[in-house]
Amino acid sequence: MQIIIVGCGAVGTTIIDQLSKEDHNITVIDLDAESLKDVVDSYDVMGIVGNGASYTTMKEAGIEEADLMIAVTQDDELNLLSCLIAKKAGNCNTIARVRNPVYKQEVGYIKEELGLSMVINPEEAAAQEAVRLLKFPSARKVETFARSRVEMVTIQIEEGSILTGKTLQQLQKELKSQVLFCVVSRGSEVIIPDGSFVPQVHDEITLIGRSKHMISLFRKMKLPTSRVHSTIIIGGGSVSFYLIEQLIALGVDVRVFEKNKERCKELSNILPEALFINASGTDRDMLMEEGLADAESFVALTNIDEENIMLSLFAKSMSKAKRIIMLHHARYGDLVDTLDVGSIIDTREITAEKIVQFVRGVSNSLDSNIEALYAINEGKAEVLEFLIREGAPVLDIPLAEMDLKKGVLIAVVLRGNEVVHPRGDTTIHVGDRVIVVTTISGMGDIRDILNKR
Amino acid sequence: MNYAMIRFVLARTFQLMAVLLLLPLLVALVYAEYNRMLIFAGLSAFFFVVGYLGAFKKPENRLFFAREGFLMTALIWITISLLGALPFRISGEIPHYVDAVFETVSGFTTTGASILSDVEVLSKSTMFWRCFTHWIGGMGVLVFMLAILPLAGGSTMHLMRAESPGPSVGKFLPRVRGTARVLYLIYISFTVTEIVLLLITGLNLYEASTLTFSTVGTGGFSITNDGINPYPLASQIVIIVFMIICGINFSVYYFFVTKKPKEALKSEEMRWYLVILFGVATMIAIMLYRANITATPGESFHHALFASSSIMTTTGFATLDFNLWPQLSRTLLFMLTLLGACAGSTGGGFKVSRLIICVRRIKNELIFSTHRKSVRQVYMDGHRVESTTVKSVMTYVSIYAFIYVLSFVLISVDGFDFETNCTAVAATLNNVGPGLGMVGATGNYGAYSVFSKIILSLDMLAGRLELIPLMILFRPKSWRGD
Repeated sequence: MQIIIVGCGAVGTTIIDQLSKEDHNITVIDLDAESLKDVVDSYDVMGIVGNGASYTTMKEAGIEEADLMIAVTQDDELNLLSCLIAKKAGNCNTIARVRNPVYKQEVGYIKEELGLSMVINPEEAAAQEAVRLLKFPSARKVETFARSRVEMVTIQIEEGSILTGKTLQQLQKELKSQVLFCVVSRGSEVIIPDGSFVPQVHDEITLIGRSKHMISLFRKMKLPTSRVHSTIIIGGGSVSFYLIEQLIALGVDVRVFEKNKERCKELSNILPEALFINASGTDRDMLMEEGLADAESFVALTNIDEENIMLSLFAKSMSKAKRIIMLHHARYGDLVDTLDVGSIIDTREITAEKIVQFVRGVSNSLDSNIEALYAINEGKAEVLEFLIREGAPVLDIPLAEMDLKKGVLIAVVLRGNEVVHPRGDTTIHVGDRVIVVTTISGMGDIRDILNKR
Repeated sequence: MNYAMIRFVLARTFQLMAVLLLLPLLVALVYAEYNRMLIFAGLSAFFFVVGYLGAFKKPENRLFFAREGFLMTALIWITISLLGALPFRISGEIPHYVDAVFETVSGFTTTGASILSDVEVLSKSTMFWRCFTHWIGGMGVLVFMLAILPLAGGSTMHLMRAESPGPSVGKFLPRVRGTARVLYLIYISFTVTEIVLLLITGLNLYEASTLTFSTVGTGGFSITNDGINPYPLASQIVIIVFMIICGINFSVYYFFVTKKPKEALKSEEMRWYLVILFGVATMIAIMLYRANITATPGESFHHALFASSSIMTTTGFATLDFNLWPQLSRTLLFMLTLLGACAGSTGGGFKVSRLIICVRRIKNELIFSTHRKSVRQVYMDGHRVESTTVKSVMTYVSIYAFIYVLSFVLISVDGFDFETNCTAVAATLNNVGPGLGMVGATGNYGAYSVFSKIILSLDMLAGRLELIPLMILFRPKSWRGD
């Protein structure tokens, strides 16, 4: 596909990183020659210095032949204008990042009138992710497939869990669960486990299955299954705003720590149901006074990554709350993962993931047949949803006889409204949606899961 | 340092050479030169096996950076030169290996400087290989590999940048592979067109193809001792046209093909190139006519244009011996030797675009001297030239001057006259071929000592790879570390 990306900041670069692996022709437009040079040096893309909203620059980037234009600069208005120009000049799909809450009510109107294919608000997307996690507090990460019929949940094995010390085969027998153990992250390693795999304490396991099976498995593991009822949020930024709004709608008791008095007033004006406390999140006594010890969840959303990490560790020492932190910048490699900071949400990563999912959908109608994609552990493993078409090489072969590549697992087959848990004798039919878990990146077609003959 | 990747790419180079040797093998077959056939077949098989073994274990980590890119480029060019010289040496047609290497380097770098005093004694297939090296080197070995090999990833741009001529190398398609393919597509279509046109003007297929290789690669090896003079006027005109075409930045043709002629005509470099070329040709034509070297004004202009375009595009063909022309004509041709063709073409030299940037930079510097607080930038083709590019052009000038002077001193050890040595370095460093004096259009480089031949070979490589890769290769620190 011919893709033009306007803006190569953090989100832009993450999108380029993902899409350049997938056989797309990418042109990047940015005003800053320095950062553009970095991108062009590290990825096989073409860079053009210029204003993305300028028709001349767009033409130079080949907007007439483009299939998709993604505008992810810092500036909402510039993004929208770029989309408008691209739509008029190239009649292509357009995606804009729009983060100003003012436009939130108008997203539908803007999309319609400007002919946008997708509008993404990183802060809102991050808040939605946080809400999903608070609804399912035992999980580190929750994603849904196939109109929410199938869930993908990542949990961490804690000390004394019934999952440790036995092979997966034994566990499957004992627990009589339909849920599939599909990816394990151990330290920096990502494994697709087989029946003889033995889970250890601190492993992060990703499970795939139907929601009701998932809940019954969690009950057997004696993990909480109901959503949280109270939460403490540190920081009153825009992610907090969206999060509070959604939590209040769910009837959660929300307490928000915000240093800036003006901001407190502003927020309490719009969201009177929440309790705003004009204090720093690092104020230990204040936290205790507001009931940290009994809080069911704790969300650190300040602008400073290090502060979020420390706050989470502090909350861990004081309570049993479900913890979520926001990270903006570096992950310090895998260091943060070893600290047990709880669930991590990263606006940049979420935005990029959503856009890449959309791109796969568009290119699906062109040449590939991936329906959706989710990255696990910063893309070390991927979960892909394929639509099976006429002539696919996997048709009518029992799974047991399929010559699958190493590091590929067929997790779920969706047939109409039915969710099929694959077994050795399961066969795949035309029209099925197959969910595949893999450690191989850049797959574009269902035939890529098979060894070449 | 990713040694595994360097090994892998070098092994692929061996395999590429094995494939390329099949063409002269075919020629040997057609002309029944069985002894030569055996040599080409044997070498091809040998290179293929070595390449196969070397590339057997694929590197796990395919990521590499600018440093590896430059080193790979320099190593690949040295490798193909050393390997490409073997047919000359084994067949005994060039008895000394250093001479054979000089001839091959001269071929691949599209210089066209020869150590042979009589080229007509060469066998057909060897002669074909000699001219074919021009064609391979013209657009670049690495660009070719990038076009056909699956070397995907962001790293490949480091290779393209290291091999392609010009102050700032860009892509005109989003991906390296696409760009490399388009470049070769244009190159191949020029080649085919010229062969067909030369056939129409009455040359046979062998003459047409060898001369075409030398023209489109802007190389300059001819297959007779009298250069291009023996061929009909129509053929000479075809050659002039294609020399000029191949001296222009290939992205111009891409814009023409994609129906963006405005973009194409915007190229200031192309316009200056044509202005300088025709300006000098006209001046020389007037001098030739007034000095009674040529009979009619038409004939004067023909020879003047042939010489000017041949020198400026760094081809180095000759119709008449311009060594005997008036002093000012010789000087003008020497200036064209130093200047060279456009960036992104198959021609070598300093490049017109570098001259444009230099002149504009100097102008800004003058304005800055009188207006202390003025802020001005260098523009070309309506775009601002990045200050890093301007800086690299200035650095290029210094390195160029330094290498020029050093080589000049080193080859002067052989004791030849000032003019010969001075133009020999210029003609090799700019990949032109013929200089003045002893190394003029009718002379050759055979008289130089082994040491000087090695120096001049390195000059040719340095000129073709635009100085930097070779400098990095010889800097011990480049090899150290991780």
